[in-house]
Amino acid sequence: MKRTKTKSSPRRAARNSGEPGHGAQFTVAELERIAERLIAYSEADETEIEIDSTTDALTRFANNTIHQNVAERTISISVRAVVDGRTARALTNKTDEESLRRVAAAAATLARHQPENPDLLPMLGPQKYRKSARFFASTAAENPQDRARAVTRVCKMAEKRKQTAAGIFSSGSMQATLANSKGLFARHQQTRAEFSVTILEENSSGWAKSNSPDIGEIDPDALAESASRKCADSRKPRELEPGHYTAILEPPAVLDLVGFLFYDFAGTAVLDKRSCLTGRMGKKIFGENITLWDDVYHPLQLGAPYDGEGLPRQKVLLVDRGVPKNLVYSRATAKKMKTKPTGHGFTLPNEYGEAPMNLVFSGGDKSVDDMVRSTERGILVTRLWYIREVDPYEKILTGMTRDGTFLVENGRVAGGIRNFRFNQSMIEMLSNVEMLGAAVRAAGEESFEMVVPAMKVRNFHFSEVTKF
Amino acid sequence: MMQDWATSAIETAKRRGATYADARVMDIRQREISTKNNEVGTLAESESLGIGIRVIADGAWGFASTDRLTREGVQACAAQAVNIAKASALAKRENVALAPENAHVDTWQNPFLKDPFRIPVERQIDLLLAANKEMLRVKGVTLAEGGLSFRRIDQLFVSSIGSVIHQVKMQSGGGIVATSFANSEIQKRSYPNSFGGQHSLQGYELIESLDLVGNAPRIAEEAVALHSAAQCPEGSGTIILGGSQLGLQIHESIGHPIELDRVLGQEANFAGMSFLTVDKLRKLKYGSDIVNVVADARLEHGPGLGTFAYDDEGVPAQCTPIITSGLFTGYLSNRETAAAIGETRSNGTMRTESWNRLPIIRMTNISINPGTWKYDDLIADTDDAILMETNRSWSIDDRRYQFQFSTEIGWEIKGGKKGRMIKNPSYSGITTEFWNSCDAICSRDYWTLWGTPNCGKGQPMQTMGTGHGASPSRFRNVKIGVAFAK
Repeated sequence: MKRTKTKSSPRRAARNSGEPGHGAQFTVAELERIAERLIAYSEADETEIEIDSTTDALTRFANNTIHQNVAERTISISVRAVVDGRTARALTNKTDEESLRRVAAAAATLARHQPENPDLLPMLGPQKYRKSARFFASTAAENPQDRARAVTRVCKMAEKRKQTAAGIFSSGSMQATLANSKGLFARHQQTRAEFSVTILEENSSGWAKSNSPDIGEIDPDALAESASRKCADSRKPRELEPGHYTAILEPPAVLDLVGFLFYDFAGTAVLDKRSCLTGRMGKKIFGENITLWDDVYHPLQLGAPYDGEGLPRQKVLLVDRGVPKNLVYSRATAKKMKTKPTGHGFTLPNEYGEAPMNLVFSGGDKSVDDMVRSTERGILVTRLWYIREVDPYEKILTGMTRDGTFLVENGRVAGGIRNFRFNQSMIEMLSNVEMLGAAVRAAGEESFEMVVPAMKVRNFHFSEVTKF
Repeated sequence: MMQDWATSAIETAKRRGATYADARVMDIRQREISTKNNEVGTLAESESLGIGIRVIADGAWGFASTDRLTREGVQACAAQAVNIAKASALAKRENVALAPENAHVDTWQNPFLKDPFRIPVERQIDLLLAANKEMLRVKGVTLAEGGLSFRRIDQLFVSSIGSVIHQVKMQSGGGIVATSFANSEIQKRSYPNSFGGQHSLQGYELIESLDLVGNAPRIAEEAVALHSAAQCPEGSGTIILGGSQLGLQIHESIGHPIELDRVLGQEANFAGMSFLTVDKLRKLKYGSDIVNVVADARLEHGPGLGTFAYDDEGVPAQCTPIITSGLFTGYLSNRETAAAIGETRSNGTMRTESWNRLPIIRMTNISINPGTWKYDDLIADTDDAILMETNRSWSIDDRRYQFQFSTEIGWEIKGGKKGRMIKNPSYSGITTEFWNSCDAICSRDYWTLWGTPNCGKGQPMQTMGTGHGASPSRFRNVKIGVAFAK
């Protein structure tokens, strides 16, 4: 839970009056009371309350100085009403009596004004959840001075090396409450810290990023050192001809590619025939070395142990040695597809159903150095950028390399190269993986964080080259 | 109440040592409706009210926001913004300097005919369900979807230089999509545009003007027909881009690179930088002589998602020439970056997604001026080309040189006539080479101010709506078909 160290008197006064101060989140007890009041106010047949209370702060730097520095405190109060087999949602961030009564009434009114939903199931009763330890007081206590000091060290390091640093250092906390009129009550607390840095020179750049619920796991100096080294090593990039190369993809690059597969594992996506797994379940479409789980309980994962309806999340084996084995299902999708729900449903009402949000690859035992040493000629990729889907069924993605792209020759990194565009089928790529690193918690920019390994991939299609 | 909160924030910030402060109180109401295969998907309404306070103290920036709108909550938030600014000063290289701006006291609301929040929800749902039904009548359609979204933003800006600006903006948007899965292939057609349809600063009259139900059968038939269409060839040649695709091309390869915060390195870690370094201003031949592009936030440009009276830094809406007869002539700036490059005034492009986000430089309406061609004459004048319509994917490097786009549908142009359908069309290129290859732009009769509602930028990420006026245009010697090359 975020608490700034500002000792302003209005804040103390607010605390003394029993009201949360500006920078403080609502307490669990306060959120519970809001949920109880909303359920009491609602005249719907069934009512579900979801409340998220968040504090976040982010220090942003560029050109070796802090240029943006922000903090926010928000609450989202969401009411889902069910009336005569119809459901709708209304949201507010106002906590006064009148607003709470109004949002409860608005959800019920919206619900009435639509056709009956034949797929709608009764709300769940009380559930049991596994405990998760994803709240760190040290992360919640981080303040702008702490972040500024870390950023100053990084900027000074860059300046000393005649380089330029840009990036972010952020921290925050959230608590979520989900309750309904059938007696279900779920809560989740989580903190989050993130440091991302790009180091630039005249014609090269390097990048590193890490995030964790525990700010003690974040080492800004080590990340900046890594980015600085990549920047120096990629000076004066040469231009290579586009073509098919062996690609060594560091974990952030793998993450941002395989992240595009997450919705394909939704039961609804297969039902709607928009998944690349339509007609491919149970068939060996990836390599033997690809095994993939969805596992919110994995120690490197984040997230609540329940889904949008409050159903406990299950660990699901999605791909077993190259074979897509299972999908994930919300309650309604499971009923339609005559199977059991897995606890992956989105908040209702929605048209997308569900998705696995906590992907974990099984990984291997090779290091990136092992991959480089075993490569006669290939491309080492730090990160990717602006990835978009070109073909949804063959799962062809396009995008660019960025901030540290290297030629590998005869088992050595032979220098920086100009950035490539790629057009690559994910199904082919995951059939061409020659080596896997240990699965780590990776942070990129195109996908939510997952546990993925570095990969050495043969025949990766770099289709064009840019000018830097 | 809005003014009390904002004034209290400014006074507190000044008392705490701020040398400049501004506050934005924003009250945002939204409605989202979607349908899929004859059923309602999303049905939700939301409201969000809060204040964002931006200050300069000790020569550095700080920003804090809160939805605790009590006197104590607002004052604590202002104090926090000053505290953050003083922390920023720990890593300061020089004091923040702002280009001068006058104080403005004004009230403005965009004109609209029909308040979408007063239109019964049942009527809005019925419209989408009717379009769903029409699409599903076509054999081979496996997924029929539709969506409507409405947003009303009531905002008050107050600054320590004396500005008090009240603006109310009403936005509407909607569209439909038909998807067909067959023969291990997914094909899709959207109307009037992909990724949510058309969006603009209008009321419900926008939705009524789109005729979603009337266009549903056509796009459904096209989605199915694409399975048996010829694959887009590989090579280089002439392309004609439909207006909405050209709008996105402008967004990615002109709109983003002219953002001065990118140019000056402020987005280097995330959104990226720009090839348009300051030495290129008024020197670079960006496009061919017929290419004229403006950044125009004024209402007279049209009801775009980038239309307003004042930006979120209190600077009046302006029209800035970006490309003039092919020459690069202007950036998008704010008060800080304008001062940094020696300009005398910001051209008014600071925008924020909501009260809890810092305003940053964003596109307004970045539009290509209409040309002279009639559409039929352009087709008749084209011997061999592919006409590409409705975006399917888009990607560009982090300095905005190299891009690749694909569209939902293409048509072969042979001997001045529109011929067979082409599937999986794509093209790629280098920004300045591409714009210099433009040799025909259709006239005002074919020009539409398209809305892009989903432009992401900033950390924390902000999503912003931008406008892009464009008409169908022709480009020569363009690389075609790379996306599907083996």
